[in-house]
Amino acid sequence: MIYVVIVFLYLSLLLYVLLGGADFGAGILELVTPGRMKNKIRTRTYETIAPIWEANHMWLIIAIVILFVGFPSIYSLLSIHLHIPLLLMLFGIIGRGTAFVFRHYDAVQDDMQRIYNLVFTISSFVTPFFLGLIFGASVGGMIDPEAEDFLGAFIWPWLNWFSISVGVFTVAICGFLAAVYLVGESKNELENDFLVRRSRMFLLATVVTGGLVFLAAELQDVPLIGLLLGEWITLGILFLASVAMVLLWVQLPRAGAMLSRTVAGFVVSAILLAFGYHYFPDMVITSSGQNLSVFNAAAVGKPIETLAWALLIGSVFILPSLGYLIYSFQREE
Amino acid sequence: MEDLLAARWQMAVSLGFHIIFACIGMVMPFFMATSHYKYLKTKKPLYKDLTKAWSKGVAIFFVTGAVSGTVLSFELGLLWPKFMLHAGPIFGMPFSLEGTAFFIEAIALGFFLYGWTKFNPWFHWFTGVVVGVSGLASGILVVAANGWMNSPAGFDFVDGEYLNIDPIAAMFNDAWFSQSLHMTLAAFAATGFAVAGIHAFLLMKGRNKEFHRSAFLIALAFGAVAAVLQPISGDISAKDIAVRQPAKLAAMEALYETQKSAPLLIGGIPDEETKEVKYAIEIPGALSFLAHGDFEAEVMGLDQIPEENHPPVLITHIAFQIMVGMGMILVALSFLFFFSLWKKKDWQEKRWFLWLFVLATPLGFIAVEAGWTVTEVGRQPWIIYGILKTKDSLTPIPGIAYSFYLFTAVYLSLAAIVTFLLYRQILRIPDSIRENPGFTEEKITPDA
Repeated sequence: MIYVVIVFLYLSLLLYVLLGGADFGAGILELVTPGRMKNKIRTRTYETIAPIWEANHMWLIIAIVILFVGFPSIYSLLSIHLHIPLLLMLFGIIGRGTAFVFRHYDAVQDDMQRIYNLVFTISSFVTPFFLGLIFGASVGGMIDPEAEDFLGAFIWPWLNWFSISVGVFTVAICGFLAAVYLVGESKNELENDFLVRRSRMFLLATVVTGGLVFLAAELQDVPLIGLLLGEWITLGILFLASVAMVLLWVQLPRAGAMLSRTVAGFVVSAILLAFGYHYFPDMVITSSGQNLSVFNAAAVGKPIETLAWALLIGSVFILPSLGYLIYSFQREE
Repeated sequence: MEDLLAARWQMAVSLGFHIIFACIGMVMPFFMATSHYKYLKTKKPLYKDLTKAWSKGVAIFFVTGAVSGTVLSFELGLLWPKFMLHAGPIFGMPFSLEGTAFFIEAIALGFFLYGWTKFNPWFHWFTGVVVGVSGLASGILVVAANGWMNSPAGFDFVDGEYLNIDPIAAMFNDAWFSQSLHMTLAAFAATGFAVAGIHAFLLMKGRNKEFHRSAFLIALAFGAVAAVLQPISGDISAKDIAVRQPAKLAAMEALYETQKSAPLLIGGIPDEETKEVKYAIEIPGALSFLAHGDFEAEVMGLDQIPEENHPPVLITHIAFQIMVGMGMILVALSFLFFFSLWKKKDWQEKRWFLWLFVLATPLGFIAVEAGWTVTEVGRQPWIIYGILKTKDSLTPIPGIAYSFYLFTAVYLSLAAIVTFLLYRQILRIPDSIRENPGFTEEKITPDA
């Protein structure tokens, strides 16, 4: 049953990055959109994600519940050493969700809109940045459970070039997902051109910041290069992702919405899959080399079993209704 | 501010903030479904307008409740990592089920808010009911998890180790039923009276009378029924904690000495130094009766509990008085309402009648906050009753005071904005309610 729980943990993290990430990306896109286009992007974003965005963010809750029920030592260790970035991510989550709803449900459209927009765009940027930073810090090997001093215990585990580069990379991925997604929603030539350009920009940013992650890893002796050298499976996955990226770059203006979305989703999933495979089964890598993995940190006995059943039963309810929700609101276009 | 105190305050502020939105988020869908049902049956546009007006409020409250709930799932670890390290696997069952219920709620809300023109009307109505039912299920599950902290079950505690974990037994701990029942009724009473109070105020203003009267009646019908049932549930809770958590009951009643035919105190200020209560009205034997169903029964006082395990008496006692006091006022108003329905329909037009309900708007929520204060402060110094102390589960990171200040600032601004948004929505009734809440590019200018 432990495998059921592990699959759900990885799956919910993947879906959060894909679906929640695309939502954050919409805000990032808005942030880097020049004034005259901003309103259009805002409207497209609203039309596209309004009915489903709350559901997209539930994946984070599922992941966190799996973590504290099934892998309490991982949850507790990260909560202690990554307290500060977790806190900043939470403020991002609060700001983004509320500003997104408030700006639409404010009955009067006045200067308050500026505040909502500001909070929405900034927190759309901040949240995935810290989410990525937390991912990076978990596997960066800088967490020292024995550290006695404040900096060593609570700051250096996450304030380092590797974690920061993963944060920036995550932001690029989110922007990429949103831009490609919105291409299919564009209502005219002008919007379409703009979104294709933005998609390419974020695609480029994904590649560049991905390179930065490797560079930062080298600088800090994080053994990430093994992802490229020596592991045929990860190399193969990343090769396929690169081919998909090139195809997407070239064909984006002509390809149908569904196809380009699928390819973009594939690219991001492939990158995450390669990372996941590289680190599996470790979830947290500490400076002492005593890593917490999904096996050695799992709760013992019945909790895993009941958690697995709860997840299986839950997905019987969630997946069909979520599928129908997404289907219903895509149909009319 | 010392870290432990700051962490407890941060938790209190976060929970105190979340509970309001959680209550509204789980109860309002039932009001909407009622009004929506009436619309589908009578085809009166009034009920459609009302459903839509309420649904805008629900969208605002739901997102605020959802993000503050997400924050809480992290905060448990950020503030109390050693608690979660042990408790996570044991009381995780209700949380994993709650994850599903919450997810379904979010999905159903998407269908409901944006599906007015897309689906069969009855399917659309049904999605609204699903929002309410799954919200209610979420609430019951989370309270069951809290019940486990008050009444730990489903494991053996041997030499500091948590062995033989049984998550199902932990979920169905001895406190889950009494606490969930009490909270569910509280949510209906608090939200019902709050919504009815706002509509009573708007009724007095004299515009859209029919609209506000329907709203007032639907909300109050739910609120009043819940309010009159609440004392029964309170009695179940009292008898329950008399057995399970005698220290909490003693703190609630400021009962320092164990005694037979113990008196019930009304009001009064306990002095924690001298262990005396001043200015209280005593009803002899009533506490014995409420706790054990016998006026002569012995009730355990704080003297039987080691000093270091005493909960703060002053706060618990006063919070309990506030909760019961507010609850009693709501019961009285509920009977007044039922009487008006039965004999004096014309009272509902009278200003004095409406004023009473306007004044009662916040009372239910004050009672909810006070009630949670009783539960949580009354459990101190324990985080898992009798097993783990709050101070022993605190995070090692220093400077919690700063995160407490930040959270307080964020939640205060959110509360201000939500109030402001609600005020603006209400001002626009009924102009705003006819427009489609989804897919609209029309912007309303401020001076329109």
